[in-house]
Amino acid sequence: MSNHFSHKSSSELDSVVIRFTGDSGDGMQLTGTQFADTSALMGNDIATFPNYPSEIRAPQGSLFGVSGFQVQVSNQDIATPGDELDMLVAMNPAALKTNLQDLAPGKMLLVDTDAFTGKNLKKAGYTTNPLEDGSLDAYRVIAAPITSKTKAALLDLGMDNKSMDRSKNMFTLGMIYWIYGRSMDHTIEFFKKKFKKRPIVIEANTRALKAGNVYAENLELIATTYQVRPAKLKKGKYRIIMGNQATAWGFIAAAKKAKKELFLGSYPITPASDILHELVKHPEFRVKSFQAEDEIAGVASTIGASFAGDLAITTTSGPGLALKGEAIGLAMMTEMPMVIVDVQRGGPSTGLPTKTEQSDLLQALYGRNGESPVIVVAANSPSHCFDMAFEASRLALEHMTPVILMTDGYIANGSEPWLIKKLADLPDIKPHIAKNPEGWTPYTRDKDTLAREWAYPGMTGFEHRIGGLEKHIETGNVNMQPLNHEEMVKLRAEKVRRVANDIPDLKVEGAQEGDLLVVGWGGTYGALHMAVQSAFGHGKKVGLAHFNYINPLPANTAEVLGKFKKIVVCELNEGQMHRVLLMEHPGHNYFKYNKVQGLPFTIQELMDRFDQVMASEKIVTA
Amino acid sequence: MTDVKKYTFKDFASDQEVRWCPGCDDYVILRAVQKALPEIGRKKEDIVFISGIGCSSRFPYYMNTFGIHGIHGRAAAIATGTKLANPDLSVWVITGDGDALAIGGNHTIHAIRRNINMNVILFNNEIYGLTKGQFSPTSLLGQRTKTSPFGNTQPPFNPGELAIGSNGRFFARISGNKPKELAAMFIQAEQFKGLSFIEVLQNCVIFNDGAHDLVNSKETRPDNQVYVEHGKKMIFGHDNNKGLRLNGLKLEVVTIGENGITEEDILVHDAHNPDPTLHFMLTRMTNPIVTGVIRAVEEMPYDERFVGQMEERIQASKGITFDDLVESGETYVLD
Repeated sequence: MSNHFSHKSSSELDSVVIRFTGDSGDGMQLTGTQFADTSALMGNDIATFPNYPSEIRAPQGSLFGVSGFQVQVSNQDIATPGDELDMLVAMNPAALKTNLQDLAPGKMLLVDTDAFTGKNLKKAGYTTNPLEDGSLDAYRVIAAPITSKTKAALLDLGMDNKSMDRSKNMFTLGMIYWIYGRSMDHTIEFFKKKFKKRPIVIEANTRALKAGNVYAENLELIATTYQVRPAKLKKGKYRIIMGNQATAWGFIAAAKKAKKELFLGSYPITPASDILHELVKHPEFRVKSFQAEDEIAGVASTIGASFAGDLAITTTSGPGLALKGEAIGLAMMTEMPMVIVDVQRGGPSTGLPTKTEQSDLLQALYGRNGESPVIVVAANSPSHCFDMAFEASRLALEHMTPVILMTDGYIANGSEPWLIKKLADLPDIKPHIAKNPEGWTPYTRDKDTLAREWAYPGMTGFEHRIGGLEKHIETGNVNMQPLNHEEMVKLRAEKVRRVANDIPDLKVEGAQEGDLLVVGWGGTYGALHMAVQSAFGHGKKVGLAHFNYINPLPANTAEVLGKFKKIVVCELNEGQMHRVLLMEHPGHNYFKYNKVQGLPFTIQELMDRFDQVMASEKIVTA
Repeated sequence: MTDVKKYTFKDFASDQEVRWCPGCDDYVILRAVQKALPEIGRKKEDIVFISGIGCSSRFPYYMNTFGIHGIHGRAAAIATGTKLANPDLSVWVITGDGDALAIGGNHTIHAIRRNINMNVILFNNEIYGLTKGQFSPTSLLGQRTKTSPFGNTQPPFNPGELAIGSNGRFFARISGNKPKELAAMFIQAEQFKGLSFIEVLQNCVIFNDGAHDLVNSKETRPDNQVYVEHGKKMIFGHDNNKGLRLNGLKLEVVTIGENGITEEDILVHDAHNPDPTLHFMLTRMTNPIVTGVIRAVEEMPYDERFVGQMEERIQASKGITFDDLVESGETYVLD
């Protein structure tokens, strides 16, 4: 083994990427979160990515029950949880088996030797013990009897075996804290708060954490400790925020700035449920959360609440968006302001519920009967979910139309530092509310935006009926005249098209013109940003145009696309945005890069692809 | 409520031409609603009619109140959002047997279960009218329709059983061609705190004419319908001498003056009894058919629980602001 060092030293690193893996009951998410939070408090930038199975508690030791949590901490401004692992923590053979392929030779591997029993090895499909057969020689293996050491530390507390076992993740964390020079204070404080009513659990976890820390210090095998200095992030007050939480808070803020009450009609679905979980906690802000009987009732109640004058939203994932399609058509037809959040997951059908993908774009754009355009926007990163939830609300209320906000499992469950925004930092939202009932009809419109005036029950003199049947362009009464229908179809489309006048221009990062324009949208921003930054830093004429507004596209889209020789559209699907651009902006030299593995892009694979495309002779014209 | 202007039924008629088939009971029901509304003491702008799809679902267009003509089956779900967003509104769901019991069955049972304070009027004509004559979930076994040319093989729902089985607190059944009784029933439904579910036995003159003749025609009604009222004996019949009596676990029809039966033996209707057993039995009777308010058991409606909890949380949170929220828990300063 190449892991024998005789001297202890401390070296500085720009960033560290650790993946914690174990049984879904091993507490890997918590362990990873603690490492991330502690590092953020020490001034590092952080990015995390949980990767867990769809089974709540899969059989112990099984390959499909392995749960992972990856975290990158850095002294730089980072945008992804990292491509390459510096350390893999494997709490059992199954975790090792399913994750080792992502660990490069020479990197650190921390394993619990107590878990490498005959039974567990067999469950993971090992015929020989990898700790003994030499297959791990290329790695810097730290083989520690974590379970037994944890038990030894807790022996006199009078706990049963199972309860003692639960603290082994904290023993592990204690070791890692020592290796990376992290303080244990934050985590000990966390125990005190979390287990306020169970002092024995506080004691057990604190002891395990400290025991692991001391164990690592005394272990001759671990020769080097590492420091990651604070990052140079923008000054200000931060907190760590998860994407779904940021989405929920963005809506609360939007309701405040629009002087509206927030209504959520939703049905639980992975990975969107955490938005509902967050909003149900906040009736004190007059947030009305309604857990409906199904996806359709979620969106239908949202239409009803919007009709009654609330900022109304519904949250779902791909399968739910499919069920909501007809009702979104009704909301579009009746021109009700509302937001539909689609936290995308791997599809089709039930697909990969806990994995990430961007394959709902075409569904969001076109997944309804009839000519049924709605605004479609997307969020870039966990904290950006706050901004886009706010923005989606603004567009809905000011333009009187449903808006679909696309996030995905990766940014919804990922976390990063968020420079806290207060209400005073945010613009007012001005809903388009009717004022004068004289001569008013439901289709009295703003001349510029074409948004109809919103009037709701309780407003004297504004009694009116809306519905899914086609209506007369002026009176709003049911009307089936051929030309009126055509005019209405065009009007509804034009209203959405004009939103382009009210959204920011597309910005280009890196090269402003040149050889290759990288195009992405939504949750892939972090990886694309890092990859383009790196290519550009190496003198390549590569720029990034990342779309947050997909329908309508920003007004300067054609201009941006025209400044580069080649365009590569990178997406976690089979090329949906690529198709949209081919249709809306034909004539460019488009390439695509697609990945459909339920996983985010790595920076390296993107950079490789950029080089490939730049070297390619292929000319594609559409 | 005191400053509500005195309306007449005309105030509730919109300027739209009513387009149901001539002779349809829907006209009667529409007029009965328009006659009932001036009596409920609510302002026009606080009243909302929400429908799904079907003949009956055109209803909101004819009402000069707020209204949504929704999509098939979803009226109850849409209305739930409206009521939760603004619990002060008087919310009415207009639906049919296809809309509420087939495609929208799930929303119907859950709205009833939650007991949200709104009124659901089910126009039960036991057929699909708007799509031109297919059988519905209340069509009879053996009934010949466009989709059951050899007789319907799907056994029907009884809307009363479904409503009470969903823990319904208010269930009424009423003939679709009795304008005064209908108007009185709608007023009663509005006054009931909780979800009021009213099955109107509505005749479709085109596709299922005569389906409810036993109770809707003057000739057969007296002997085939018992109109129950809380606290009154369940007496009916052309000569007002028939009644319902409980015999063991069965309801039976007896004749006063025969076999020693006196008025004393006739059951007194208790619509307020929380135990639904007898109410179930009443909904299941076919001869006579039981109409009137069969069950009316008040319990705190969902919207009140919902708002009550919100107000409690607002009190308990002592003026917490959004800025407090984003700064709660773990934060840190970088400088």
